[in-house]
Amino acid sequence: MENEAGALSRVAGLFSARGYNIESLTVAPTEDPTLSRMTLVTIGSDEVVEQVTKQLNKLIEVVKIIDLNEGNHIERELMLVKVRAIGSDREEIKRLVEIFRGCIVDVTDKSYTIELTGTSSKLDAFLEAVERNAVLETVRTGASGIGRGEWILKV
Amino acid sequence: MSVELTGAEITIRCLQEEGVHCIFGYPGGAVLFIYDELFKQDKVRHILVRHEQAAIHAADGYARSSNKVGVALVTSGPGVTNAVTGIATAYMDSIPLVVISGQVPTSAIGLDAFQEVDTVGITRPCVKHNFLVKDVTELAQTIKKAFYIASTGRPGPVLVDIPKDVSQQKTKFAYPDKITMRSYNPVTKGHSRQIKKAAELILSAKRPVIYAGGGVILSDAAPQLTELVQMLNFPCTNTLMGLGGYPATDKQSLGMLGMHGTYEANMAMQYCDVLVAVGARFDDRVIGNPKHFSNENRKIIHIDIDPSSISKRVKVDVPIVGDVLDVLKELIKLLKAGKEKPDQTALKEWWKQIELWRERDCLKYDRESKIIKPQMVIEKLFSITKGDAFITSDVGQHQMWAAQFYKFDKPRRWINSGGLGTMGFGMPAAMGVQLANPKGKVACITGEASIQMCIQELSTCKQYKLPLKIINLNNRYMGMVRQWQEFFHGNRYAESYMNALPDFVKLAESYGHVGMKIERPEDVESALKEAFKLKDQLVFMDFITDQTENVFPMVPGGKGLSEMILV
Repeated sequence: MENEAGALSRVAGLFSARGYNIESLTVAPTEDPTLSRMTLVTIGSDEVVEQVTKQLNKLIEVVKIIDLNEGNHIERELMLVKVRAIGSDREEIKRLVEIFRGCIVDVTDKSYTIELTGTSSKLDAFLEAVERNAVLETVRTGASGIGRGEWILKV
Repeated sequence: MSVELTGAEITIRCLQEEGVHCIFGYPGGAVLFIYDELFKQDKVRHILVRHEQAAIHAADGYARSSNKVGVALVTSGPGVTNAVTGIATAYMDSIPLVVISGQVPTSAIGLDAFQEVDTVGITRPCVKHNFLVKDVTELAQTIKKAFYIASTGRPGPVLVDIPKDVSQQKTKFAYPDKITMRSYNPVTKGHSRQIKKAAELILSAKRPVIYAGGGVILSDAAPQLTELVQMLNFPCTNTLMGLGGYPATDKQSLGMLGMHGTYEANMAMQYCDVLVAVGARFDDRVIGNPKHFSNENRKIIHIDIDPSSISKRVKVDVPIVGDVLDVLKELIKLLKAGKEKPDQTALKEWWKQIELWRERDCLKYDRESKIIKPQMVIEKLFSITKGDAFITSDVGQHQMWAAQFYKFDKPRRWINSGGLGTMGFGMPAAMGVQLANPKGKVACITGEASIQMCIQELSTCKQYKLPLKIINLNNRYMGMVRQWQEFFHGNRYAESYMNALPDFVKLAESYGHVGMKIERPEDVESALKEAFKLKDQLVFMDFITDQTENVFPMVPGGKGLSEMILV
């Protein structure tokens, strides 16, 4: 979509006005600074998704829209999570972070802050694996997606 | 070329470049520079309304009756919020408008300044697009874009919000000849393979119906629709928005369909085997309950410029995205080139069935009544104006009777708020119609409830000598509300009685117009004749009509098209 003020609120407004759900939404400028790329995750029947696509296409600032689910695609989400890490837990959590291929980006004597990237379900799995009351704070970006192979979304 | 103009000058110059002759508006603090520039020129005429809602409705009526973009100018804050009803009305009916609004200076935006509202935010859900111009160097291009977006594709209102300081700043002016936008490229030509499929389906039909909506009017495709219907000998029904798209007095016309459509139109729609939807959108007031509608098997061809209108409420078999005019031309060409004709025997049978439905005479009413029947007033209006008037309406029973009893043979003659159902639309819209068609006969069919929602415009009509004929069907009730209360709420007429009505004759006279009160059926015709003889004057005709009259047929909410309540 055009990287213009108000474009995001048009998308968000469309979803609330027509009663569609936004599961997650990520947006940032692309290598062409006049364009922003948004990945939006929504859940609905085929008919609903078709309507969502058509309605989004009608927004003047939307340049192009694809349904990533129509082909193979890669989906990644970033999570920053602060966990309590005291005593023997410190080693245990470090191992867990390694298994999930995350990294510890900040340390205090009582906590770790962990950076983790993956599909949304991988991030969920990590949170499941850490003892629940050890999780102090999480922040997630929502999924960003891109098609597999040589095919590209280009304007 | 190096002369610099202010934003206000640029705004007016852009309107001149677009060939705008007439705009509707109301001044205020944020638009004073623009008004100052308006004052200094005489190419663009400004019509001063009495309320911003009326400015938009008038621009809307102007656009609907002329196929030009309607233009309105309002100030910030309350100027904009008053305009919102009008903008939403135009949006629902896909009417091309450019609304220019003033905004507080850029330095004051967001600081809760006097007469500040988030105009772009408030209007976002009811415009095709809107802009806030923060830089005067982008103003001309933005106005060009606004006209382009408003008038192409599925038309709609576009708003341009101009902060006061931007209207004051100077820059070089050059109006772009053309505009291209990578994110906006409306389709016009239909897909040829789909059109071919449609032609094949049409030729295979045994019980066809052509269902034509407002898209036919908007794309100026009435002649093509008429040609198609007549070359095929198919029945044609028009939606409320599509009236005039096919001549209503022709024998192949089934009249309007939908909640208050004719028995024959609704039955044909329900029991056809091939349905050709042209610039229509299967909305809830047209097909009733979509589940009930899908109980019958039929193949559907749907021609529409807006892909999101296709398969939204009803699944269709042959979708064709494109401008109705282009697609119909292609379709006609294809059908003419082929040798095949539709099955005449089957068509004959189908017409026989339709005639049986017609014999039900679903629009009958008591013509011997001693009290004025509203339907009779409209029938007389039709015969006196020879069907050649521009008719605007407000919203309610009178609107439905107007749609049923005034037989529109031409497009752009029937001007009403179909989608949003805005009471108060009729008179201001009629002002716009009259200004776009100075020689045309313009009548506003209204009721005593609706007319009071924009009654102040009688003053505008006086100022600009607009000789409207106001047909007030006065039954002392919000008639449609009363009808629903009678049918579905146990005759409990909660707040639908209009107490303390003004004396409309005196009211009209106080504004300097002619007022008439008509109480007996035998006086209806002569009163109408007399009113239309007063060519230069607005005549407010207060018809005292039957309070108990209801609009029939009626498809109750949630019911199927064939489940009509009949008289």
